[in-house]
Amino acid sequence: MQVLEKPVATKLAIEVRGLRKVFRKRESLLRGPLKEEWALKGVSFVVHEGETYGLLGPNGSGKSTLIRILSTLLTHDGGEVRMLGYRLPQEERPLRRLIGRVSVDAAFYKKLSARENLLYAAQLYGLEARAAERRAMAILERLGIESRRFNDPLEEMSRGMQQKIAITRALLINPPLLLLDEPTTGLDPKSRRDVQAFLEDLRREQGTTILLTTHDMAEAERLSHRVGFLAHGNLVAEGTAEELKAQAGTQDLEEAFIALTGEEIEEEQDA
Amino acid sequence: MLERYVRPMWAFVFRDWHLTRRYISWVFVFVFYAIVNSATIALIGKSQDDFRLTLTLLLGVLLWSFLSAMYNEIANSISYERWEGTLEYTFMAPVSRLIHLSGVSLFAVLFSVVRTAVILVGLVLFIQVSVSGANLLGVLVVLLVGSLAFMGLGLMAAILPVMSPENGAQATNIFQGVLLLVSGIYYPVSVLPAWIQPLAYLSPATYALEASRKLMGINNPDSTPERLVGAPLSAVLPELGILFVMGLLFIPMGLWVFSRAEGWAKRTGKLKRTG
Repeated sequence: MQVLEKPVATKLAIEVRGLRKVFRKRESLLRGPLKEEWALKGVSFVVHEGETYGLLGPNGSGKSTLIRILSTLLTHDGGEVRMLGYRLPQEERPLRRLIGRVSVDAAFYKKLSARENLLYAAQLYGLEARAAERRAMAILERLGIESRRFNDPLEEMSRGMQQKIAITRALLINPPLLLLDEPTTGLDPKSRRDVQAFLEDLRREQGTTILLTTHDMAEAERLSHRVGFLAHGNLVAEGTAEELKAQAGTQDLEEAFIALTGEEIEEEQDA
Repeated sequence: MLERYVRPMWAFVFRDWHLTRRYISWVFVFVFYAIVNSATIALIGKSQDDFRLTLTLLLGVLLWSFLSAMYNEIANSISYERWEGTLEYTFMAPVSRLIHLSGVSLFAVLFSVVRTAVILVGLVLFIQVSVSGANLLGVLVVLLVGSLAFMGLGLMAAILPVMSPENGAQATNIFQGVLLLVSGIYYPVSVLPAWIQPLAYLSPATYALEASRKLMGINNPDSTPERLVGAPLSAVLPELGILFVMGLLFIPMGLWVFSRAEGWAKRTGKLKRTG
């Protein structure tokens, strides 16, 4: 397994300090006491510029909540978040121009073609359509999608192809910070390798900072400089894959995860 | 300017145009239904052999068709995005809600104008009614000025799908139904129960109808079934003024209400995909 060097940059791309998020709901619409569910219970970590930070955790551990807060889609209830120097939620508007996000479900207008979806996204970010189209074609080519598929409706594409279009959408704006929420879940092995190789190239060539959540231990180990283990809304441990294995006294990352969190990570259902 | 405002606003027109193109068979079906539905209402006047009643119903059905199509486009844009799962991506974009909703509204107005023109042509051919002498250009001006207030109402209704993923889209129809009831689309407001009549003065449709009836010359004693005597635009300046002021009030109110709902949705996690 390749061991990644920590990037030398010391500037912080993401600073999360004591982050807390609670969801409150009643048993029924009007009656019953408010039930509180703490999704994040004081999570703290930093990600350096140019670093890829992998976040591992089972379903319900708080990964997606964390990514949504960083994506400006949820407001937190306590703690501090600063990204690329901007404080959330107060300075979210300028930050939005600098972050790309890929979620586990490739959310698109399924009747529209890949071209129409991507041009819509590009114009939403103020990009000129022809320049965006050229950039989109270049990214898609590197991800292994033939240009003739560019005009096909998304509903006619496989899950793997849709996810590659989603990655292209996130990269159209050339963001210095990429938030990837299980980007390879459900992909076939070839698509998964394509995406992983592309992310490695992206980090190497452009120094993009990446926060990655995944279920896939091998992927986390391959792509991440450092890994954090999240369980029940707490960051239980973090370090390089080697450091975590050493801390747990195990040979592989999955065993380290089980030893340090007391949890098992789910196997993918639909790989 | 181009990068921050024009292109993002155009993105929504671009998206909605292509979605309309892809769902063109639905558009044909709904326009056909609107023509037939409008004809059944206008024929009530025809059966009474009363051209003024026929034109009152025709105008009511067209104006309501225009305003409700626009209202629906805006109010349902959020529920459609929630259904497709794209809502989070739209809300993540560095676009102010004013630009977002202006883009949606711009397409809605363009779409509604074309749709209403097609229905008008279909109706005139079907029920053989003359609109010669009516100030149709003036009616178009009234519709466009009235659109501003309806945009504001659409923005307020659009919060419902933000706040309730399950029932919000359906609830927008209640809002729309109340407007239809109180605005005197097919009858004078005076026939409404006294306690509900004050609501008519809060509805922009009431003023748009009053102005349009004058511009069409429906109640002008000199109008005949063959030739109407429509009023000039200057005759409806008070109604246009009220509609304009309503637009000036309702759009900022709509944006304010929407921003409050968005803040609430971000606190409670309601922007997540459903459906």
